[in-house]
Amino acid sequence: MVKKIRVLVAKPGLDGHDRGAKIVARALRDAGMEVIYTGLHQTADQIVNTAIQEDVDVVGLSLLSGAHMTLFIDVALLLKEMKMDDVLIIGGGIIPQEDVPGLKKAGIAEVFGPGTPVEDIVSYIKKNVKR
Amino acid sequence: MNELSSKIITGDPRSIARLITLVENNEPDAVESMRQIHRYTGRAQIIGITGVMGSGKSSLIFELALAFRAEGKKVGIIAIDPTSPFSGGALLGDRIRMTDLSTDNGVFIRSMGTRGMMGGLTSALYDVVEILDAAGMNVILIETVGVGQDEVDIVKIADTTLVVLVPGLGDSVQMIKAGLMEIADIFVVNKADKPGVEQTVAELESMLDLVSNVERRTPIVATSVKERKGIQLLISKIVEHQEYLKRSKIFDRRRRQRYEAELIEIIRKRLMDFIFDEKKLKNTVDCCIDQISKKELDPYSAADEILGKILK
Repeated sequence: MVKKIRVLVAKPGLDGHDRGAKIVARALRDAGMEVIYTGLHQTADQIVNTAIQEDVDVVGLSLLSGAHMTLFIDVALLLKEMKMDDVLIIGGGIIPQEDVPGLKKAGIAEVFGPGTPVEDIVSYIKKNVKR
Repeated sequence: MNELSSKIITGDPRSIARLITLVENNEPDAVESMRQIHRYTGRAQIIGITGVMGSGKSSLIFELALAFRAEGKKVGIIAIDPTSPFSGGALLGDRIRMTDLSTDNGVFIRSMGTRGMMGGLTSALYDVVEILDAAGMNVILIETVGVGQDEVDIVKIADTTLVVLVPGLGDSVQMIKAGLMEIADIFVVNKADKPGVEQTVAELESMLDLVSNVERRTPIVATSVKERKGIQLLISKIVEHQEYLKRSKIFDRRRRQRYEAELIEIIRKRLMDFIFDEKKLKNTVDCCIDQISKKELDPYSAADEILGKILK
């Protein structure tokens, strides 16, 4: 049996900056995970459908446009609605500290801001993946 | 039939996704469902898309999928990317070109890493094809990893194999003749908006002139995803090929080949599991050591006996 952690790295909304997402994606790959990258400009529907088809263990959302309180929460709600409760949701990007509690309440397990060493994200996923 | 299998044959996406994960991870739980769904398979048309890196395979698959959807067909897509031999991880990025399909209920896309398998495919691929077939997909498009010369295993699975090239490869058309050349049912010269299409097509034509089997000449289709040209022609060539397969009975032979390859793969996996399950192997071997030491049994007969047990 060769269980691999599968991670969806997604860019919701109208934000064209995916350097950070790509760096995280590479780091997760180098840590032995299978990373599905969606590309830019994804809707919550697209992200959740992809998460279902790819049967991922983790959804990582990256956003730098400031719309995280809407879009991250949309994705979390839709995942819950589709009964994907066992998926670990994490977020990253430019997220003000005061927004973090609200995101966590909505089901985003952890938020990683700029400057986070990628090793921290890897070990967080390994420790907290739910299945 | 168990719950998972019965949901799969109704086309439930979560169940399809779940069983694919189980077969990818080689989990024993998958076996029962795989047994149960087999008799619901055999209806899907399986198209393999292979070719050099950066030849636009993903974009071409996107266009083909749109065209099949317009005909009302359900489409399964399996996109394979390489697994790193060092970390075991993989970056699966083929969906980037297929974004517009991800909310279409008539399309199921799954990205897979090669996970150590050679030949441009992944070991669970046979199972995944069976799952998508049983789930009611009319067409299954398989994208291999970008290949060079001898990653030709796709022919063991696909009914129709497309080999995708691009203009400006120059002498590399020469280089591919040994492997890829032989497996193509249809050649696609993609990115036909770029200069050098005529030359690439001409090189292929002259290569085909040397092939003695004239029963069916491999068609060459120039396509441009950017200018949305050639896709309908490609679809019609695919249909023609399917008709040819059925007419010439090659279809049955190819299906037999697939089942043969699938069966061998299952046996290979089981043997590997056994060999690499050191504890189990050691237990089995231990039983014979006493007898060998007492000269009641020689090592060769012991090996025969153990292998006999495994192969039973």
